[in-house]
Amino acid sequence: MLTVTDLACARGGVPVLSGVSFAVPAGGVLILRGPNGVGKTTLLRTLAGLQPALSGTVDFPEDQGAYASHADGVKATLTVTENLTFWAQVHGSRMPDDILATFDLETLRDRMAGTLSAGQKRRLGLARLGVIGRKVLFLDEPTVSLDAFSVRLFADFLRDRHLAQGGLAVIATHIDLGIDAPELDLTPFKAGPQTTGGSDEAFL
Amino acid sequence: MSIWEYANPKKFMGWTAPLVPWLFGLAGACLIVGLVWGFFLTPDDYKQGSTVKIIYLHVPSALMAINAWFMMLIASLIWLVRRHHVSALAAKAAAPVGVVMTLIALFTGAVWGQPMWGTWWAWDPRLTSFLILFLFYLGYIALWAAIEDPDTAADLTSVLCIVGSVFAVLSRYAVNFWNQGLHQGASLSMDKADHVANVFYIPLLVCIAGFVLLFIALVLLRTRTEIRVRRMSALIARTRPTEVTT
Amino acid sequence: MIALLIRDLRLAVRAGGGFGLGLAFFLIVIVLVPFGVGPEAAVLTRIAPGILWVAALLAALLSLDRIFALDFEDGSLALLATSPLPLEGVALVKALAHWITTGLPLTLAAPVLGFLLNLDGPAYPWLLASLALGTPALSMIGAFGAALTVGLRRGGLLLSLLVLPLYVPTLIFGAEVVRRGAEGMPVTTPLLMLAGITVGGFALLPFAAAAALRVNLR
Repeated sequence: MLTVTDLACARGGVPVLSGVSFAVPAGGVLILRGPNGVGKTTLLRTLAGLQPALSGTVDFPEDQGAYASHADGVKATLTVTENLTFWAQVHGSRMPDDILATFDLETLRDRMAGTLSAGQKRRLGLARLGVIGRKVLFLDEPTVSLDAFSVRLFADFLRDRHLAQGGLAVIATHIDLGIDAPELDLTPFKAGPQTTGGSDEAFL
Repeated sequence: MSIWEYANPKKFMGWTAPLVPWLFGLAGACLIVGLVWGFFLTPDDYKQGSTVKIIYLHVPSALMAINAWFMMLIASLIWLVRRHHVSALAAKAAAPVGVVMTLIALFTGAVWGQPMWGTWWAWDPRLTSFLILFLFYLGYIALWAAIEDPDTAADLTSVLCIVGSVFAVLSRYAVNFWNQGLHQGASLSMDKADHVANVFYIPLLVCIAGFVLLFIALVLLRTRTEIRVRRMSALIARTRPTEVTT
Repeated sequence: MIALLIRDLRLAVRAGGGFGLGLAFFLIVIVLVPFGVGPEAAVLTRIAPGILWVAALLAALLSLDRIFALDFEDGSLALLATSPLPLEGVALVKALAHWITTGLPLTLAAPVLGFLLNLDGPAYPWLLASLALGTPALSMIGAFGAALTVGLRRGGLLLSLLVLPLYVPTLIFGAEVVRRGAEGMPVTTPLLMLAGITVGGFALLPFAAAAALRVNLR
């Protein structure tokens, strides 16, 4: 269960979004929409706790959040298995046996991640989400450089593995994932020039 | 009303505006009186001759070089704990003034050292410590200059200032351990018998007062400039929405 | 945390060069010194402790910017920040991994290079001891500097400017141990100071480094 109440966040000290409120139940997904620059990434990073909110609250079970963006921390000089095992160890979780199959990485398990194609690397990055055992996912453009087949793999993972086990996700994406989920357009929450908050406010 | 109210940028601009010219005036007066008195109206030292008179520049600048860093340390702590922007900007404003003070101290030290010790430079603990202090200032200023986001820069330079202070003290101790020096003892101390004679002492105090006032005036002036710069960029950022995703 | 240490060591080994580069640099600096000051054995003996320490320090400096930069660029650092590992622990482990891949090999190679500089016989154990005690401090201080500059595009040069003044006490006490060892003087005081810097650095600097990392990840 994720509850966001009256959240405002800033990029580079300037407020970009304000008054964002929504709730996502366990097993639910929220798709974030909005034109480039509206603040989808900023919102996701704020939700994940990577940057402080200007005001408002984000509420989800402690130690259950995970963030993923196009920079997915895949190490080129580690093999596919080593990459995933590392994140499992860091999170103190066990790597599910079938996670490689879920993302169609089985034949690549002992390849160095550096020799993978962009799409394969991306799948490896997403497979991390199935390894770390976190319930609340904040995903920023997870399907960049994935073909239609891989997008379906990812959607299946999300639906059948993550959501079915009571997980939830907030996803910023421009494409249709094939998951039945409510959408939230961020454009109305765009902070105007008069919005209070932000690190430069004291100077105005 | 709490004392921190005065740290609000707008309030700060208000109450410092009338203060700055007075501070500059007072600093100038003290320096003129102190230096003229010191240079022309005091006797020559029986050992060091008229060379000793450089003390009126050397000691105050050396004092301010250290005090400027100390002020930056306190301002950094205030920024990290209470997040008053003026505090961070004052630390930023003080650094170049501190560098100049350090350079004056090093230069006058060399000029004084030449006739006294027969060399422009010696790896004496005090001189070495000031050279290290100079390097700390350079690093601090360079870090401010390298980071674009002002709040990030304020945070990181504050952390550097605190860690740097610990290492500066450690370096001072290490340098003392490394080489016992030629430098004469402290010119000022509480122990009457120790410090320089009264004829030199009083004009020296006037000079020090002048340097302190000059330092405060310069830091206030520079802080005011920094506040104006921040205000301008804040206004620009609010009026022209950026179209970048980060 | 052990997983992170193992991963960092594995990455350092596989990236190749990581290990060797610092060592090769150490060797080259030591080889260049006699060309600069002349081959006279007595002169070399006199300056050997200082040169060995300065060269080891510069060699350790070379790879500092990689401590966090690679993980910052590929997003690993943000992922680690949202993982159960505290960032303080991450900073400490990364400093440790840096020491194992640079400080430790430098320490082990130093006696061999001591021969090249005609270092006095009694100084060898103290050279080993002082480097073994002092190079961890170099790695930890360096990790702090790397954390400060990780978000900067051209942070490498700035990193050196920030870190080198912080290295002064370590260098002074480290070289002093070797110098006193060579002359048969008691080395306890500088050795204890060196150990103090290392212990204090590892106890406190991870917090400063983690604070800097959090700011840079913002």
